[in-house]
Amino acid sequence: MSTQEVSQSGARRYATFSVSDMFCGIDVGQVQEVLRYQDMTPVPLAPDVIRGLINLRGQIVTAVDLRRRLRLPERNEQQKPMNMVLRCEGGAISLLVDEIGDVIDVDGCQHELAPSTMDPFHRDMVETVFKLEGKLLLALDTAKVLRIDTTP
Amino acid sequence: MEDQDIINEFLIESAENLSRLEQEIVELEQRPSDPQLLAGIFRTIHTIKGTCGFLSFSNLEGVTHIAENLLSQLRNGERTLNPALISLILETVDIVKKELAHIESSGKESGEPYEDLRKRLTLACEGKQTEQSQAPDPQKSITGKPESEEAAASQTSTGSSQEVERSTVGKQSSVADSTIRVDVGLLDKLMNLVGELVLARNQILQFNSRQEDANLNSTAQRLNLITTQLQEGVMKTRLQPIGVVWNKLPRVVRDLAASCDKQIQLVMDGADTELDKSIIEAIKDPLTHIVRNCCDHGIETPAIRTRNGKSPQGTLALRAYHEGGQVNIEISDDGAGVDPVRVKQKAIEKGLLRPEQAERLSDRETVNLLFLPGFSTAEQVTSISGRGVGMDVVKTNVEKIGGAVDLSSRVGEGTTVKIKIPLTLAIIPGLVVNSGGERFVIPQVSLLELLRLEEDTAKNQIERIHGTPVYRRRGRLLPLVYMNEALGLATRSANEAQQVVNVVVLQAEDRQFGLVVDSVLDTQEIVVKPLGKQLKKVECFAGATIMGDGGVALILDVARVGRKAIAVQEREEAHSESEQERRSAKAVQTYLLFRAAGLRRAAIPLAEASRLEEVPQSSIEFAAGRPVIQYRGDILPLISLSQVLGKGHNDTAFQSDPVHVVVLRTGERSVGLAVDEIIDIATDVVERADESSQRGVLLSTRIGGKVTDLLDLQALFAACGAQVFPDVAQSLDALRAGISQQWEPMATVEVVQ
Repeated sequence: MSTQEVSQSGARRYATFSVSDMFCGIDVGQVQEVLRYQDMTPVPLAPDVIRGLINLRGQIVTAVDLRRRLRLPERNEQQKPMNMVLRCEGGAISLLVDEIGDVIDVDGCQHELAPSTMDPFHRDMVETVFKLEGKLLLALDTAKVLRIDTTP
Repeated sequence: MEDQDIINEFLIESAENLSRLEQEIVELEQRPSDPQLLAGIFRTIHTIKGTCGFLSFSNLEGVTHIAENLLSQLRNGERTLNPALISLILETVDIVKKELAHIESSGKESGEPYEDLRKRLTLACEGKQTEQSQAPDPQKSITGKPESEEAAASQTSTGSSQEVERSTVGKQSSVADSTIRVDVGLLDKLMNLVGELVLARNQILQFNSRQEDANLNSTAQRLNLITTQLQEGVMKTRLQPIGVVWNKLPRVVRDLAASCDKQIQLVMDGADTELDKSIIEAIKDPLTHIVRNCCDHGIETPAIRTRNGKSPQGTLALRAYHEGGQVNIEISDDGAGVDPVRVKQKAIEKGLLRPEQAERLSDRETVNLLFLPGFSTAEQVTSISGRGVGMDVVKTNVEKIGGAVDLSSRVGEGTTVKIKIPLTLAIIPGLVVNSGGERFVIPQVSLLELLRLEEDTAKNQIERIHGTPVYRRRGRLLPLVYMNEALGLATRSANEAQQVVNVVVLQAEDRQFGLVVDSVLDTQEIVVKPLGKQLKKVECFAGATIMGDGGVALILDVARVGRKAIAVQEREEAHSESEQERRSAKAVQTYLLFRAAGLRRAAIPLAEASRLEEVPQSSIEFAAGRPVIQYRGDILPLISLSQVLGKGHNDTAFQSDPVHVVVLRTGERSVGLAVDEIIDIATDVVERADESSQRGVLLSTRIGGKVTDLLDLQALFAACGAQVFPDVAQSLDALRAGISQQWEPMATVEVVQ
């Protein structure tokens, strides 16, 4: 299921979360569940954005650190990341984020593309910017975020 | 016994066909002119008739034969269908069922001739409807076509309900009812669920081991037991005899034999050995390929066979058997065998091997070169094989399912290909190890042995050849791979690392290597789960599993780890300063120096000496005129150099007391070499050597700064009648190769170790 399809189908709701100073959202249709911190088994030789493997009720889920993926500063040691588990083709993937926010209905919200002054790397990851009251919600392009095997 | 099997097959098949047949006949009433339906019904009756004839159930054959005639007429449009005919056919079906039930219970026909039915069927064939004909509903008018859809439908329902009643009577435990066909997808799902259950069970057991509760304990034990049985049961549902694949081989062999003008007899043993369905699928092609190869290359033409004193008919034997949770399949022929010399030549020609590498290979290793991609020794490319694709594909396919292939051959006597495969893919036994603080699972298939080296041994026995760590395992060098280094894990602190070294000896592809891990934990049944696609670029892992405590552990892909480590080592070698130096590094060896039989300084490679002993003269006894000692419960024959060197070399070794004996191992046997005195152990590069004309002396060279005679162990063993085992011969070959290599092109280069 691609994001475009859902966005065209009318009601658009985003599961929101924060990583570092970014307030982001992912289409709820893609989110399988949200979990608090889970123990992970690191995978040697894997790209460093992959933090490890999680046992999700018998399923093995790869955990991707969104901070590292978005080239943001590392979390401090005490701060335990939350898991946002996404449905993907070929199994679930967990994004490690700082905090989980509400599910926000963005229907009727004004939105536009990421500003051209934003650095190209991040602009590429952000699909749309929703102008909510008081803050901006960055809707992530999950396909691009999860395209990891091309990055070292 | 076999007849009974065939009859059972026939009963099962017929019961399935008949139940479909009834449905079809009923459908036929609604669509009387549907040619496909008619053809289907005709086929079914025809099959039953045919098999009855084959199994000599003549009565049943007779009845079905007439019915077949009738159906044939209907099919050809010579006669139109009417309800009377349909009930006649249904009646026949009932008779067939009754007869089949009788055959099942008693093994033979009831003997009832069914004259009435035969007569009516014959009349129907002749186009006459008889008065006795019983339509299921006599009130209905008999016409060629049903009056309306509704009427037909009502007739159908009464007809079929009657059939159901009839068929359920007295059929409690018939053969046909004791088996059902199940969708493979459902079995796969069940297998997955059982896998999950095994994981949950493992977790419960681990949790339980920390609890005191007796109730919980016994429940956990029960759960354990039931899960194990369930796992076995579900696995069994997926098992199929290997005969399923073998069945088509007689034909393949026959055709091949005919096309190559050969006489080949196929012998199959263990066709009922069962394997998981998915594995059966996976080995189908490799197996056929090997069989084709054996027929094409292995077995010779009758003319050549007769000339070589063999019977003109070649034998191709297939054997399958279970062994230690694995299935072994052996395909052997009594043909020409694989000539290692030719294989080496070919490999060098094709650039797969350097000549100096080739010299060092044992015959066994050499014949397994056939599995290299792009290899074919066939002089001629035939339509069957010899294009150089194939054996490598066989190997990859078998390894893909966690199996291994090995080829052994004796020139002139034949070739045996041995395939080892796991019983199932989903749940495998694994060895759990710890490295860098993480657990990893090593599939037990690749495991050869575990070595635990205590501090002292580890220091002495792990050596480095130009930076590559190796361990002397029973005289042969085993390259070591440190898991922490290979996977970039945190290494243990220096003092910890020195204590004990755990080596897991693994066999991957065609090489053996030792994987050094921090600790070995346990063996466990594990459920293989795939890794996400983000991790597909990370080699070294075959998947992951969930451990008893709920944590995730990665499953090592042994072949890849081996390949990677060896590749790194080769790269490092390539970085070394010069090619010459790398070569010389290989010739570095440790020698045992001693004085014996007039030789002032003789040497043998230390690796060949298993022990040095001092034996009191009084303990030397004689067996068949030869000196022997009792050594570790065995009789150890003693040889002295003078025996080998011949005249002019006085035997002084037995004169001293105690006698110094160097115990040499050749394969399973040992011999003791009596010497005058042990001088020293020296590690050196044998750099210049003169081939010695003296029997028993291989070379005269400089070891440790002095001229030394390097003994010819083969000659020594030959002197005492011991068989020289390939590994000894091989290390000698390697030695020769190492020396000649460097002494030819660069005689004046001073070699630095």
